[in-house]
Amino acid sequence: MAGQVIRNADSSVQWGMERTGNVLGFRRPGRASRDNASPRKQGARGGAGAEGPSSEARAMSTRLEAIAERADTAAFAELFRHFAPRVRAYLLRGGGDAGQADDVVQDTFATVWRKARLYDRRRATAAAWIFAIARNRRIDVYRRERRPEFDPRDPAFQPDPLPDGERALTAVQRAEAVRKALNTLSEEQRDVLRLAFYEGETYAAIAVRLGIPLGTVKSRARLAFGHLRAALEARREALT
Amino acid sequence: MTIEHHPGDDLLLAYGAGTLDEATSLLVATHLALCPRCRRRLDLAESIGGEWMNRTCANGTVDETGIDSAMAFAPEDDEPAGPATAGSGPYLLPQPLRGYAGGDAADLGWRAVGGGIRQVRLKTRGKGAAARLLSIAAGTRVPEHSHGGEELTLVLAGSLYDRGKWYRRGDVDVADASVVHRPAAGPEQDCICLAVADSRLKFSGAIPRLLQPFHGF
Repeated sequence: MAGQVIRNADSSVQWGMERTGNVLGFRRPGRASRDNASPRKQGARGGAGAEGPSSEARAMSTRLEAIAERADTAAFAELFRHFAPRVRAYLLRGGGDAGQADDVVQDTFATVWRKARLYDRRRATAAAWIFAIARNRRIDVYRRERRPEFDPRDPAFQPDPLPDGERALTAVQRAEAVRKALNTLSEEQRDVLRLAFYEGETYAAIAVRLGIPLGTVKSRARLAFGHLRAALEARREALT
Repeated sequence: MTIEHHPGDDLLLAYGAGTLDEATSLLVATHLALCPRCRRRLDLAESIGGEWMNRTCANGTVDETGIDSAMAFAPEDDEPAGPATAGSGPYLLPQPLRGYAGGDAADLGWRAVGGGIRQVRLKTRGKGAAARLLSIAAGTRVPEHSHGGEELTLVLAGSLYDRGKWYRRGDVDVADASVVHRPAAGPEQDCICLAVADSRLKFSGAIPRLLQPFHGF
């Protein structure tokens, strides 16, 4: 099952939010690295701590494509080893028991395997795509609700216009900008994002947990999002 | 189509995090079907989720037999490449709303609730807000009301005038609990919109009995 072991699950733990002291995208990064370029040898000019996770993210996208193109079982095993423990940790944070979490992990990766053809590396990193699948499965199973989603194949769907500035960044570049910008958020704002995304708490529940008004939670969420969008914009300008 | 009034970033973030109730998610997802700008923001929100997941110290082991059992079924080949879902449209109601309603606007069993307003209640699971489709006759004003909580209205056809602004297809009108308003449909055609509210509307004014049907809201 092993196949070519490139990186293992724990390598990306090295760069935690503790580690980087990067000021978001204000430093001019290295040359734009194309998504389809070799995942290796992307040069160290992107700055300390940046290329490791980014080349790994590119490798993960390539594995998803290998599943889509040729049902590559070795690529799937690599994805599983990297992401399954993380998906499981995410589910456990959201308050499921271990047995239920294992079922949802299984479900999530069955979906990854079957739906890999729908993955689009321009739109999302493998991490974001798998997060979205796990999130939806969590809603289905834990909350017994449906997850309403738009359907790009629906005739009433409004397609994207020509690529604009933000789209000009690859998903991996955007993820890198997000990663750095998350580290520069105020602790208050970061807490709101962590509780919402990682623990699956509603704003109302976050307000109770933090003992602050609902409006304050929402405004912190908006401020945090604005900060991340500004970081993306700075990254885009640095590349053009 | 130019959308001017978008859901707030806090809503898009919560949709990306998966923490909205089903009715509110339905409204956001339907707006997203019409709004490339907000879809880009959703991509950003989901990348936050991906980053957070990646940050986890993944010390726990996961049973590797899961690898084989997840692959028990072949990858699906049947995802159509081009645009093809059931029927060809054109549809007034985009997905996922059309599925929730059980058809396009013209096919639905609208029920008159008085005052030139018809509605279709939509079934969503879970606690939280309720979703309904409203059809407001051209030029009609909705009776003045406020809300126990936030009300979101996504316009799908015609136009809606509320507190000094026009809302058209794809626009979202947000009224929080402090708002007392009486939105009105534009004169050109009936206004069809998706309304999601935390709790029952509260009608003010001296004519509550005439509005009895609204209490079925």
